[in-house]
Amino acid sequence: MELLDQHAKKIMEGCKRRARDAGLRFQDESLEYIVTNRDLIELSPKVMIPTLYDYWVHDVEVLKGKGQYELYPGNPYETVINTRPPISFYNDNNPDWLNVMIFYHVLGHIDFFQNNTYFRHTWDYDFTGQALSDKRLIAKLRSEKGREVDYVIEFARSIDNLVGYYEKLSDLNRPRFLNGSRRMDFYFDVFLQVHRKVSIGEYVKEIERYNQCVAQYGELGEESFFAEVEKSFPEFRAVLQRSLEKKKRHRPDLMQFLMDHSEFLNKGEHKWMKSVIHVVRNTSLFFQPQIRTKIMNEGWASYWHETLFMQDDRIRGHEVDFARVNAGVTSMPRVGLNPYALGMRLIYHIEEMAERGVYSFDFDRLSDAREREHFDRKTGRGRDFIFRVREDFNDFLFINEFVDQAFINRHDLFVAGKRLNRSRMVWEYYVKSRKAEDYRQMLFDSMYHPPRVMVSPEKTGVNGTLYMVHRFEGKPLVKDFIANTMMGVEYLWGGPVKLETSEIAASESPSRPDLSGIYSMGVPPVPTRKEPEKKKLQWQRVLYTMENRRLTRRILYAMDRQ
Amino acid sequence: MNPVLQKYYEALKAGGLTEEQDEIIRRELNDARIHEMPVVAPPPDTEEGVTPEPQGIYEYADLTFLQRMSEPYISYTTCLRSLDDLLERDKLREKDGFPRKIRVGRLIKPGRGGKDKFVVVPSTVEEKLIHDVVRPPDEEGEAGGTGEGEEGEVIGEQPVRSPEGAGSGPGEGQGGPHEMESSAYDLGKILTEKFELPNLKDKGKKRSLTRYTYDMTDRNRGFGQFLDKKATLRQIVKTNISLGHLPDVGNIDPTGFLISPSDRVYRILSREKDYESQAMVFFLRDYSGSMTGKPTELVVSQHVLIYSWLLYQYEKQVESRFILHDTEAVEVEDFYTYYNTRVAGGTKVASAFRLVNEIVEKENLVQDYNIYVFHGTDGDDWDADGKETLPEMKKMLAYANRIGITVARHGMSQGSSEVERYLNNSNLLKDKSKLIRMDVINQNADETRLIEGIKALISE
Repeated sequence: MELLDQHAKKIMEGCKRRARDAGLRFQDESLEYIVTNRDLIELSPKVMIPTLYDYWVHDVEVLKGKGQYELYPGNPYETVINTRPPISFYNDNNPDWLNVMIFYHVLGHIDFFQNNTYFRHTWDYDFTGQALSDKRLIAKLRSEKGREVDYVIEFARSIDNLVGYYEKLSDLNRPRFLNGSRRMDFYFDVFLQVHRKVSIGEYVKEIERYNQCVAQYGELGEESFFAEVEKSFPEFRAVLQRSLEKKKRHRPDLMQFLMDHSEFLNKGEHKWMKSVIHVVRNTSLFFQPQIRTKIMNEGWASYWHETLFMQDDRIRGHEVDFARVNAGVTSMPRVGLNPYALGMRLIYHIEEMAERGVYSFDFDRLSDAREREHFDRKTGRGRDFIFRVREDFNDFLFINEFVDQAFINRHDLFVAGKRLNRSRMVWEYYVKSRKAEDYRQMLFDSMYHPPRVMVSPEKTGVNGTLYMVHRFEGKPLVKDFIANTMMGVEYLWGGPVKLETSEIAASESPSRPDLSGIYSMGVPPVPTRKEPEKKKLQWQRVLYTMENRRLTRRILYAMDRQ
Repeated sequence: MNPVLQKYYEALKAGGLTEEQDEIIRRELNDARIHEMPVVAPPPDTEEGVTPEPQGIYEYADLTFLQRMSEPYISYTTCLRSLDDLLERDKLREKDGFPRKIRVGRLIKPGRGGKDKFVVVPSTVEEKLIHDVVRPPDEEGEAGGTGEGEEGEVIGEQPVRSPEGAGSGPGEGQGGPHEMESSAYDLGKILTEKFELPNLKDKGKKRSLTRYTYDMTDRNRGFGQFLDKKATLRQIVKTNISLGHLPDVGNIDPTGFLISPSDRVYRILSREKDYESQAMVFFLRDYSGSMTGKPTELVVSQHVLIYSWLLYQYEKQVESRFILHDTEAVEVEDFYTYYNTRVAGGTKVASAFRLVNEIVEKENLVQDYNIYVFHGTDGDDWDADGKETLPEMKKMLAYANRIGITVARHGMSQGSSEVERYLNNSNLLKDKSKLIRMDVINQNADETRLIEGIKALISE
């Protein structure tokens, strides 16, 4: 890998200045490299992090398929990585004007990495540096312990999608309360509602009493308010205390739990395994925000490369070239999902709506369609608004909040279905729905969403068994993967492992077009005729047990819901 | 309709047929298709409007999409570089009590115009707990869409590929015979560790082979790599006898010896011809009408694997012959033809075995070759009791080192097929288990299953 030459670097610096003037915020230094195809062969399995630890699976072609992102949350062909300084990669024969466009795109990403709160836990260190020391650690362990290291990596990686990413974030983003306020939150939010179950009238009365106290005693208002509270509810102090203690620590994720509680891992001769698991866990945490902000991140970068490119005085005369490339990147496909196109349009839309003041109470109150259409407060706050969105949202919230019917109608969006027409033996693409609700759901369904599998502290420990519970969200787990994953957990736990999950109670396993067909025997599988399934799926709760590397399955009970 | 076949059918019918058998036979009899080689497929008709982009949002990446860099092409050789390590590691895994992880796969990369690229790679999957997708039958995933169209309106369609003529196999529309062979060779390299030909015996070693081993066998005087001390001493003694330095054999005084430079005898590295046993492998494929679709795919896939492995492992020592049969058997010249020829016609398994017997006899192959026969069928046979087939098989068993029969069952057939039945009844499988094996696979068998099958067919 070669550094970008001085000429291009100078252009980059010019881009940085202009991007800053437009309001983007990012650190001064950045590193730019030219990559060749040969470099990519080595970099892409390591998710573009040159210093990532070595692992044999990186040398093997991994199964490619639509479900791939569920297994590998990192993006193998990212152009810029979230490090300090950020490192970006370029083709070596880009013309200057194209580099300008890409630089702006890259700067958009860097701004996003460094300001979006979902990346909060990556801000305080340089991942390439960390990865390098991890890589050395693993290399050293490998020379001492041999292939056992690779087993530990393998088993740790097999559960690295279950990391408690949101818990990690919530620790970092915990708002600092003023003295006493937490007590007040607890009193009004939990104590009155959950413990005392007071009526609304009483609740409002309490608020009124609080306001009076503050009005009457000023700074001492809260104290006097709670003096009263403790008189009427003597148990309040104790309940509050208990709740604060409980809140201090989250339930640890599976990996953390194993590191804390596995007797096997905490034996003297196995302690080194914990550092390997720690490396895998941290690496996974590092990549989590990337995949959860894909649409926003690409949309944000596309918004800025378009906006800033058009204002750049240095590339006059290349507008047409730019338009062609840009259209290729940011046009909406007739059928398909392009995160650049969708995210960018949504950001433009949000900016415009905020400019009109649509995200406001006044607008919500309007019920007249005409008035809504012509509502325009000319707030001048559109740009500010999208900057705030880029700071506080991730893909789920972004889509849930802003993909509305107005947006759908404006861009003629629809949910495209694909069904088999048996009489003609063709796949038909059809317009399935134009409702915002369905469109949002379609987006959610295509988004990364690892299952929630937690250790049950109550049931764990019986005969040395680890008991995991999969929260039911209307989807089963991929059956083929359960055995080997649990075998890994058994190894790390050093005893039997149980997993409680839900499955469809039909004798036939659900069709799984995602991963089948990758190994099709040459001709794509022609769907076989099946009995038409019942619309209503019957679910059942099942318990898998892995003991001595043997998997058994037992049905617990039938589930009513759905 | 072929009058000869018609007569044969009537004879069979007179001998008594079940309704089911009758129907199968009549269906094949009235099959109007002919055996043909597929022409390179024309680009599928693209209905106007839609070029489907089934990609999900996570498949877009800056380098490939924004910068238009091509995804790095990883050639076989790059993959194979670490292959020995990988397979070794896989073996160790088994020893350590974990299941193997390397899978041998043929990856189909769809190209434009139906020209699928056929790539062979070792691969693996990292298993994790992930959500499965539940979908109604006949529906595929949803995607986003933009543009015109009422709800419910069909905006485009895409043919389900190769709904007919599935006998063509995966080679259709791709490259020529040469490309086929080159990827087969790579696949063979991957498979090579897994099996060995059984019952391999020394036979006539008359062929000159280009395979050599190197060994320190030749002797040379004066210089070389390795001093042969014994031979050197002997030489020195000889020299000194002739010089008269050794008057008394009972009392040798070596201090007085003279040593000539040419007395030193060395061993040097030399090339030795290594003769290996010859093998002849016959591939037999049922290409009758009933083989349409899955059974043919499975059979050719398994034969690809066997063929690839032979090609690599026994590079010059194995010769392959290819035979296709319906009611008649023909020998075809190369694997490509064998692989691609379409299905049609009726079924007489005996014909293929008879042809092999004839070839072996005529060319007197038994003397010089170890002979292996692999036969792939769906198990249907007009000769339902094996009256003709079994004698031919027995004849073959007298000389063959191994016969491997693969029965790829139809989805529709229940229970065992005719071939299975008469083979089981004949007790050949039990009595001659070293010489004949049968592997029955289901319609939905995958690559791993096929490899298991090969193991069953060729294991000792």
